[in-house]
Amino acid sequence: MKYELTCINCPMGCRITADYDGKEVTNIQGYTCARGKAYAQTEITDPTRMVTALVGVEGTHAPLSVKTRSPIRKPLIFDALRVIRETTVRPPVRIGDVVVENVCNSGVDVIATENIEA
Amino acid sequence: MYDVIIIGGGVVGCGTARELMRRKAKVLLLEKTNDICNGQSKANTAIIHGGYDAKPGTLKAKFNVLGNAMFDQLHEELDVPVQWNTSLVVSFDLGDHEALEKLLDQGIQNGVRGELRIIDEQELRRREPNVGREAKEALLVGAGGIVCPYELTEAFAENAAMNGAEFLRNAEVTRINRLDDGRWQVVSAAGTFEARAVVNAAGTYADVINNMVSARKVHIRPRRGEYYILDKKYKNAFHATMFQLPSKMGKGTLIAPTVDGTVLIGPTAEDIDDKEDKRTTAAGLEKALRQAGRTWEHIPTRGFITTFSGLRATGDTGDFILGEAEDAPLFFNCCAIESPGLSSAPAIAKWTAEQVTERLGLEENPNFDPIRKAIPKFREMTNEERQAAIAADPDFGKIVCRCETVTEAEIREAIRRPVGARDVDGVKRRTRAGMGRCQAGFCTPRTVEILAEELGISPLEVTKFGGDSKLLQGYLFEEGKHHA
Amino acid sequence: MRKTDILIIGGGPAGLAAAVGAYEAGARDILILDREERLGGILKQCIHNGFGLHTFKEELTGPEYAQRFIEKVLAYQIPYQTETMVIDVSSDKVVTCVSRQNGLERIQAQAVILCMGCRERPRGSLGTPGERCPGIFTAGTAQKFTNLEGLMPGKEVVILGSGDIGLIMARRMTFLGAKVHACVELMPYSSGLKRNIVQCLDDFGIPLLLSHTVVDIHGREHLEGVTVAQVGSDLKPIPGTEKYFPCDTLLLSVGLIPENELSEMAGVKIAPSTSGAVVDEQLQTSVPGIFSAGNVLHVHDLVDFVSEEAMKAGANAWRYIRHELPQGGRKVPVEMGFGVGGIVPQFVSEDARDKVSFMFRPRNVYRNARVIVELNGEQVYAKKAMILAPGEMVNLSLPAEKLAGLKEAESILVRIEVPEA
Repeated sequence: MKYELTCINCPMGCRITADYDGKEVTNIQGYTCARGKAYAQTEITDPTRMVTALVGVEGTHAPLSVKTRSPIRKPLIFDALRVIRETTVRPPVRIGDVVVENVCNSGVDVIATENIEA
Repeated sequence: MYDVIIIGGGVVGCGTARELMRRKAKVLLLEKTNDICNGQSKANTAIIHGGYDAKPGTLKAKFNVLGNAMFDQLHEELDVPVQWNTSLVVSFDLGDHEALEKLLDQGIQNGVRGELRIIDEQELRRREPNVGREAKEALLVGAGGIVCPYELTEAFAENAAMNGAEFLRNAEVTRINRLDDGRWQVVSAAGTFEARAVVNAAGTYADVINNMVSARKVHIRPRRGEYYILDKKYKNAFHATMFQLPSKMGKGTLIAPTVDGTVLIGPTAEDIDDKEDKRTTAAGLEKALRQAGRTWEHIPTRGFITTFSGLRATGDTGDFILGEAEDAPLFFNCCAIESPGLSSAPAIAKWTAEQVTERLGLEENPNFDPIRKAIPKFREMTNEERQAAIAADPDFGKIVCRCETVTEAEIREAIRRPVGARDVDGVKRRTRAGMGRCQAGFCTPRTVEILAEELGISPLEVTKFGGDSKLLQGYLFEEGKHHA
Repeated sequence: MRKTDILIIGGGPAGLAAAVGAYEAGARDILILDREERLGGILKQCIHNGFGLHTFKEELTGPEYAQRFIEKVLAYQIPYQTETMVIDVSSDKVVTCVSRQNGLERIQAQAVILCMGCRERPRGSLGTPGERCPGIFTAGTAQKFTNLEGLMPGKEVVILGSGDIGLIMARRMTFLGAKVHACVELMPYSSGLKRNIVQCLDDFGIPLLLSHTVVDIHGREHLEGVTVAQVGSDLKPIPGTEKYFPCDTLLLSVGLIPENELSEMAGVKIAPSTSGAVVDEQLQTSVPGIFSAGNVLHVHDLVDFVSEEAMKAGANAWRYIRHELPQGGRKVPVEMGFGVGGIVPQFVSEDARDKVSFMFRPRNVYRNARVIVELNGEQVYAKKAMILAPGEMVNLSLPAEKLAGLKEAESILVRIEVPEA
């Protein structure tokens, strides 16, 4: 399958094309530097993203900000968001507290990114 | 049962309500929208015209001059900002000298008070160094001034309410019936009311109201004017209100300093059919700028903070339509109050109230109190006054609008006052919160919270200007629970 | 009158770092004033990741990044006063502020650091025609509503401007269940980071319409839609290219304006090219003892550079108080040559002893270019750049020896050189 992507490493924003058969990325073209080639490789075979989101807090409309501790696989984003949005925490909360464990079996926890006093 | 029902909460309606409270009268004012001062009275050039412009003998000429002379007293009694900054009618062609002479003549005939004379280019440039290169001479009008049209309207309403007048908003009048005993029955969205007399001050809809009861039809066509507002930074660019020698389509494009220190550039003049079409247009804005460019060649376009348009209630007679309708006894018209409507409004209100008084035989009200104090303006206080204000009310220590330095105390008072604010635009008109250079980006969240608190509603119910103009669509989380 | 050595206006990323910088340089009598309830400034609402790669070598969210500095401020026991609005700064460094708890206060400082950040350009300044209905927000105001207050502005969104805040909000609104129909950009390029274009727009199939703008706004009581049109090279709409997008929310991300009202009250000179204070290499403004750092000085792309700059301003404020800064010497003006916009600093002291950093924004997109610094017409520094773009600030650090000729120099010229077409 033919892939077309924009490199995010610098403002050049190289348009990179490549082929991918599910096993191997071949025919990578359009990159200018090694970082671009490496980016194409991972972005095609295993794209991942950090997800930042909001969860509910008991007793207030004001939400708590959270993030995945590390990037999760891109296709999981919306499933993870759904799980995160169903979550409610009770203050106090400290930065780094686990809010959702192993979200969507990604192996990655969702953690608080701000402190909320009791 | 009321003595008088006033239809329309603009400057004329509210002014008439106040004038009527000088008598022993039971008065009700019905306003179609969510707030008073929501039509022509909020979107105009905020000028007190000298009175040279209208043809001698017209109602416009008469009431402009009469109204102009009332503003000092209104300033004293109602604490409304008024400045006599003079007006200059600039001509760009020495061939137009005769037209200027004609204006001068008209001014003398109309009885314009104060200084009125033609000044040459040298004096013009001495007074206004930023005037365009083409400018040749000007008519100087000492009686030209500026006023805050919102505060004038609000002050009229507040003072009328303090003295006992009743106000209902969201009360669009849909029918007026004449009962067998001669009383008027007014059917509105807020209920049906009866009164001995009705005053029609319905602005661009005054024709609709008149035509409900009178066979002598009135036709009002909105004339749209588009404006730019320039940042306070440029408040010293011009001292006087800068007119251009008038054309058929209106008074030309102005550079008009405001009492708040911003500068208005506009208006255009475009006859339209839709009484609610308050859009700004690319063509209109461009035209306003192009025309104004003669007066001010280097308009700092980077300094624009917003644009708006207003609709002038233009009748087909060319003059105001005032007084009791011939075929509808005790139905009093204030129709087609286009420019110089704001300048004339105090005199129209006074005269209309006198007419009503005479016909109803109303008695003097010995308890009438003409004094209204403005909401204290933190930005205008000395540091000592600020200290005292915060000591008395800590909400003065919380600045909500950073651009205009408006405190939480002012916003709360604007909502709590008689005929107080009930939406974000209402707060803005009464306090200037959100009128500054960031255009409410910073203060909107807090203003919404305060409105919700004061009105006892959810922030989601808070509107920009009533009706469906809600600002926010919902909570993400229902106090701890996920909101589906 | 209350007195303090160093008074910092603003407790956002710049203010916090300025306080830390001043403390670490030796200052102890420091006071931070902030108008909001909590320290952290705009970072509080920037809940997305991508902060701190330079400073902490990790990818933090805004609140986490702010907390790192807040914890230092707390550990150093630097006093701060929140919900306190500064309403005046005088050239002799008397700061007037108001708060509920303390009323109106006047504080005499020995040095003031201006860290007020910037505000967003509103719709009004664009003169976009149409209705003035609700549903139009600056991206930052919408971000505050969603991320801090848990309030949703709308469900069908168009974004005008492709600045980073707009791009970030495109993704946030998508995450919150809204449909983002398009991101409309007047210029033929986006001023946002490539990474944000890919991860905030491309990931969700949101079209980026370059060389387009909103030409009309529809909806009387609430926003119902916008008309978008293509623009020509003169940036004026091309008739016949109009397209209607139904939407209930229009988010504006059309530029940031440094908030220098207080600076101007103090008599600080403002540079037209940055809309920030004119400063020397010590970040000292035209008023001795008043320093400026962060987005109020010039709009940055990365918070890391804001912190770095503000720490330097903090340390220099302390050196100023200790009479350790070169004062009174001649200042050599920095001139912007071809392709260079918004340079900081605008002056360099002729007896500058440390390395000097220049930051500027390229005026356009330049490929295979060179950035050149000249002293008296003589090239003293050159650096190759594969790409330069307005969206990415250029940061040059010149060792002191490169500027050895400063004493004799009339001016310093910074320019971009592009290969002949």
